[in-house]
Amino acid sequence: MITVDLAAETVRDLNQRLHDLPADTNERAWRVVNPKGAHALVAGLDRPVDVLIEGHVGYYCAGMNKHASVVIDGHCGVGVAENIMSGEVRVKGNASQSAGASGQGGLLVIEGDASARCGISMKGVDIVVGGSVGHMSAFMAQTGNLVVCGDAGQSLGDSIYEAKLYVQGKVESLGADCIEKAMTPHHVEKLGRLLARAGVKGDPNKFKRYGSARKLYHFHVDHADAY
Amino acid sequence: MTVDPRSLRPSATFPPHVLAEIHRAADQGLYEIRGFGAKRKLPTFDDLVFLGASVSRYPLEGYREKCATDVWLGTRFAKKPIHLKIPITIAGMSFGALGANAKEAIGRACTEMGTSSTTGDGGMTEEERRSSKTLVYQVLPSRYGLNPDDLRRCDAIEVVIGQGAKPGGGGMLLGMKITERVAKMRALPVGIDQRSACRHPDWTGPDDLTIKIQELREITNWEKPIYVKVGATRTRYDVALAVKAGADVVVVDGMQGGTAATQDVFIEHVGIPTLPAVRLAVEALQELDMHRKVQLIVSGGIRSGADAGKAIAMGADAVAIGSATMVALGCNKPVHIEDYHKLGTEPGMCHHCHTGRCPVGVTTQDPELQKRLSPEQGARWLRNYLSVMVLELQTVARACGKSHVHNLEPDDLVALTVEAAAMAGIPLAGTSWIPGRGGY
Repeated sequence: MITVDLAAETVRDLNQRLHDLPADTNERAWRVVNPKGAHALVAGLDRPVDVLIEGHVGYYCAGMNKHASVVIDGHCGVGVAENIMSGEVRVKGNASQSAGASGQGGLLVIEGDASARCGISMKGVDIVVGGSVGHMSAFMAQTGNLVVCGDAGQSLGDSIYEAKLYVQGKVESLGADCIEKAMTPHHVEKLGRLLARAGVKGDPNKFKRYGSARKLYHFHVDHADAY
Repeated sequence: MTVDPRSLRPSATFPPHVLAEIHRAADQGLYEIRGFGAKRKLPTFDDLVFLGASVSRYPLEGYREKCATDVWLGTRFAKKPIHLKIPITIAGMSFGALGANAKEAIGRACTEMGTSSTTGDGGMTEEERRSSKTLVYQVLPSRYGLNPDDLRRCDAIEVVIGQGAKPGGGGMLLGMKITERVAKMRALPVGIDQRSACRHPDWTGPDDLTIKIQELREITNWEKPIYVKVGATRTRYDVALAVKAGADVVVVDGMQGGTAATQDVFIEHVGIPTLPAVRLAVEALQELDMHRKVQLIVSGGIRSGADAGKAIAMGADAVAIGSATMVALGCNKPVHIEDYHKLGTEPGMCHHCHTGRCPVGVTTQDPELQKRLSPEQGARWLRNYLSVMVLELQTVARACGKSHVHNLEPDDLVALTVEAAAMAGIPLAGTSWIPGRGGY
């Protein structure tokens, strides 16, 4: 395992080393210590490497991740795994706002809680949160799955498109055009597989499913009150 | 009873177009959504004129002496700043709003002219990457199609905060233009009315923007110039904050800037004209001692080499054209008249980009309509138009005695109206008066 100490090296140095890895690299196991809340840590990875970050990270950790598997053994700042394309990002602590924002693929697991706007504008990513999420989570969520084992804050799924939301606990309120939908055996099975893939314990039968009523897909004066 | 013409007095408060809009609103219950830009009369670059050289300054020979036009963009932080042969760039217009042929035509013309084109809300197409030597990739609030591969294969990145046609509003693309290809690029269902977000999903405010720019630089190894584009409103503060956040280039888009679709109330009533926006942006850069260090691109109603020259004389490094690009490709051209009539309009007044039924094949996804604009023909038209703009720009610059268009300066201009003088900070012709300066 290659260890990079951010007390001695810069984020720029680390990111450049990771970006310079050839496609057939055998330097696949990396450990980062002393992150001390640094921003844009391991952003833009494009190789199937495993990165363990020991400590808390700042904004946009693992942003736009492709192929890599990143574990953050701490809490993270705004926009962890924003626009993730593939691979997996796991946060062992809590996540700040906009976790997985506009993510297009891959898996984001937050073992603790996520703050506001978790999964905002998501476009295909799967997000599994072991705890609760804050307000406006899955705002304008387009596709993908957001799983919340705890509670969801105000206006969950506001202006949602085709993303699927699963919440085990209480939902403070649903946003515009977001409704509860039937939890069929197909959805239970699918959710069970996703929880297993994320390594998060939970009984899929205890979740409720939410999605789009599709009433705001076209402008209509009679829907003006919904906004 | 016959009509007595002496009693026919139209209302200034309710002229025919206002009456018609109220009738339409009552009928349909929705605000008007349309394309193109502001149609109201605004102070423009036409309200400024150049002071050609005479006894006090001498001009350059129009057809013999060199007048350079090149510009570097992104010299502040980027490892690979871009060098354009001309200071006239093409503004961001999405695939979705424009058809693939139009995007390819723009790319080809830009490559031939040595300038840049820009993607839009919807991501980068293969056609435009292939045809554009220098391509600016927009990062917008919607994040449609955004991916790190395109970030790495573009030549510059433009973080879009807003645009002149709708500062404070998000993009809009109505269902008729959301074809299978457009929907796939945007990860949306086919045929829905698409409304982009007005704010970025993962940052708010200038401090966050600083970190966002840092992330984009990290992902691209600090190679790409990073632009920040704002719609002109509180321009002095917005430009200062963009500089503080680490922008290499600031793009200021005045309210004459066009759009493929948005609410008419936005187009006509939000933002400030380009003329004052240029002055405010330049003043902000000068206050920070960043003028010419952070480059300024101005857009919004630029139509000619004269307009470009005036913006540059006021302190811009380059201009960007969007609506004028579409016009060069045939927008509002008096051909296929019957198709204008089907839209209920006439050539010269068409603003129906939002319908996807563009009679000249520019703002459409319809395969049959797109055939009306071949990439080859479109590229030829746009290249010709850009060439004319450059010749005009050089003509006025040489007349003012400049061997490089960037040597144009505010002293080369005077204003024809009090309003333009005040907004542009340029003296009223025949006086030394700039309204608002010197205590009066």
